[in-house]
Amino acid sequence: MIFDTVIIGGGLAGMVCGIRLAEAGKRCAIVSQGQSAIHFSSGSFELLGRLPDGTAVSDPVEAMDRLREISPEHPYSVLGRQRCEQYAMQVPDLLRAADIPVSGDCRKNHFRITPMGKATPAWLTIRGYLTTEEPEQLPFGKACIINVDGFLDFYPEFIAEEFARHGVACSFGSVNLPDLEKIRKNPSEMRSTNIARVFDHEENLEVLAAKIRECRKECDALILPAIIGLNRNDSLEILKSKVDIPIYLLPTLPPSIPGIKAQQALQHRFRSLGGEYFLGDTVVSANMENGSVKEIFTVNHGNIPFRADNFVLATGSFFSKGLVATPDAIREPVFDADTVFVPERKNWYSMRFFDRHNYQSFGVRTDTELHVVKGDKAIGNLYCIGAGLAGFNPVHDGCGAGVSILSAMYVADRILKGE
Amino acid sequence: MNIQQNTVSENNFEQCIKCTICTVYCPVAAVNPDFPGPKQAGPDGERLRLKQPDFYDNALKYCLNCKRCEVACPSNVRIGDIIQSARIKYGPGNKSVRNFILANTDLVGSLASPFAPIVNTAVALKPVRYMMDKVMAIDHRRIFPKYSHGTFTSWYRKHAAAEQAAYTKHVAYFHGCYVNYNNPQLGKDLIRIMNAAGYGVTLLDKEKCCGVALISNGLYGQARRQAQTNMTSIRKAVRDDGLDIIATSSTCTFTVRDEYPHLLGLDNGDVRDSIELATRYIYRLIKSGKVRLRFKEDATPQKVAYHTPCHMEKMGWAYYSIELLRMIPGVEVTVLDSQCCGIAGTYGFKRENYETSQAIGEPLFRQIEASGADIVATDCETCKWQIEMSTSKPCEHPLSILASRLE
Repeated sequence: MIFDTVIIGGGLAGMVCGIRLAEAGKRCAIVSQGQSAIHFSSGSFELLGRLPDGTAVSDPVEAMDRLREISPEHPYSVLGRQRCEQYAMQVPDLLRAADIPVSGDCRKNHFRITPMGKATPAWLTIRGYLTTEEPEQLPFGKACIINVDGFLDFYPEFIAEEFARHGVACSFGSVNLPDLEKIRKNPSEMRSTNIARVFDHEENLEVLAAKIRECRKECDALILPAIIGLNRNDSLEILKSKVDIPIYLLPTLPPSIPGIKAQQALQHRFRSLGGEYFLGDTVVSANMENGSVKEIFTVNHGNIPFRADNFVLATGSFFSKGLVATPDAIREPVFDADTVFVPERKNWYSMRFFDRHNYQSFGVRTDTELHVVKGDKAIGNLYCIGAGLAGFNPVHDGCGAGVSILSAMYVADRILKGE
Repeated sequence: MNIQQNTVSENNFEQCIKCTICTVYCPVAAVNPDFPGPKQAGPDGERLRLKQPDFYDNALKYCLNCKRCEVACPSNVRIGDIIQSARIKYGPGNKSVRNFILANTDLVGSLASPFAPIVNTAVALKPVRYMMDKVMAIDHRRIFPKYSHGTFTSWYRKHAAAEQAAYTKHVAYFHGCYVNYNNPQLGKDLIRIMNAAGYGVTLLDKEKCCGVALISNGLYGQARRQAQTNMTSIRKAVRDDGLDIIATSSTCTFTVRDEYPHLLGLDNGDVRDSIELATRYIYRLIKSGKVRLRFKEDATPQKVAYHTPCHMEKMGWAYYSIELLRMIPGVEVTVLDSQCCGIAGTYGFKRENYETSQAIGEPLFRQIEASGADIVATDCETCKWQIEMSTSKPCEHPLSILASRLE
């Protein structure tokens, strides 16, 4: 199989890179080991929420100057503020073209609300989800939080406790239905997706709407977990048309409905542009020729290799096995590329769970143009993008989605310019 | 030394991180609340069953063995294999005449084929279908595939064997029950294409049903015996005669390559790479420049919608069939979303599964109707039956479409 570019990894970075290349008419293949971490998405994308020293960030682009001083190895510092801003400005349109309706501004963070009710900085949020301009100012005074009986991945009491801190009083509403009783037969599998399938049926959505109308009496906003609209896009609009106060969605614990929809939308966009998406396949080896990658071999395709002019490593971090931790080193399993990590395992993590852990910033060694480095030499036609890159801490700094998207756009540009 | 690497079990259930992505993509969990979903039925349940076999849950019988959970899993857990292995190890096995009949495609085919005109007429009659429903719990709404009057192998021996032997290069063809008893034309189409490519087609010394229906109906001993017969023939063809084995059915191919070692415990590592789908083989010949197919001058436009069968999705080989279709002048290919059609071999024939089966296929049927296609193409025979029964479109194997356009 011969392509212009083969991308290994089909998560956010891989798909954005593939979409950019395919938009420019390039023939691309994505080889993905399985479904990606987008399935855990909060419904928001973050660019930069905090600096490594803990300082809160309000304007992510402006904060990149300070970031460069503190953390010159951060992918944003490597790409440079100007480029980052230029790409970031294009992202809303890129996502909207894939039918992911987002809003937000790379020059000013807004705040999304987590499944626990906490406000946390975000760059772009999918339409329908609760956001605020300031962390302590919710856009309502009294809210009713509605949940489905027996749904374990959403916690109205925690949310109410957080909201109470900001002067919002909450009441609770609950929904039950015969079809929901059926899925409760397997209580541990009563997840957002199973529930959303129930509400994809018109008559069940009507019952939910009726319940919402009942709850409307004592509040000026309704909060609903993201359990609607798996296989249809009009669910929230239908509910909104039935009440005269705003309805806001809050993300649930995984699997995430907005995440699943975003994954499928990006995949669909890539395919509709002519991209080939190979799901459930694992790269086992690569052949090099004159310091470049010539072809890769996978489990499924055996003796038929993927050949391309350029290859992109978008295999992600530890979750997707793009990085593998051995007792004393971090490995990149596909190309055995050089990796960046601190020596001695005891320095990899902190004993306190919520601390900033060093292992989260380990990754593949690249040069300043994001070429993968192996044996101290940059490989000219192999790039690394996304969560597998080194030098940033996506959890602490709130920059995972931004690094994935911007590094993908940068590498797509380099490939297109033939540099 | 990496201690972790030495603590991974054969079906790697402990690699599951409970992310639940598999359940999102399970076609059964989406429509049948009695099925707990692949995570619970697979790695979660396995932990319990290892402790105590009593934890075996009979709801595992609802699993279609489509393997879409495995394709979706970010951690490469062999979820489908875990579920099927548990059914083999702990399940009740088969106790029903109905399942025996449905599973023995070979036996039933060889009995039905000589009387095909009578059998086909009979099973199409409403009273007969109601009777089969009553007596055997085969759903009366299910339309049976037609049997062919005379098998592919008897045609081959009489009319093709001598001619095929005259070629200098050969491949061996694993035709499967469907080509033999229902659709010999597909076998003839394959021979036509391979001949056009300069290859003669031979058959295996002894071919039995691949056993997929035996496995899903709990007849494991018989499945294993048939698999052993097939492996002996395949080994002889590959190792003694230096032949590659090609098949037109995606499920037969998948079963022989992957289910034999994973579920029946038969090591096929020495010959596995020589067994492949015909579309992949032909794609490879064309791409290597060794073969050029000549198509008819008349390239009447035809819109083809390709449906990816579940086992094709698992093998990851739909690409080759789609690329072959794209090479045909006049043919415009659209690729349907990869999703289960619901029939899953014999599953959809059973009265207790009929509703589930049709509910699973519903989104696919809708997409097919809306596609504007003239014809649907797919590499799986049972998907073909399901699509032809449940939509207004005809459905053919990609190679039948290709053969019809050859010069």
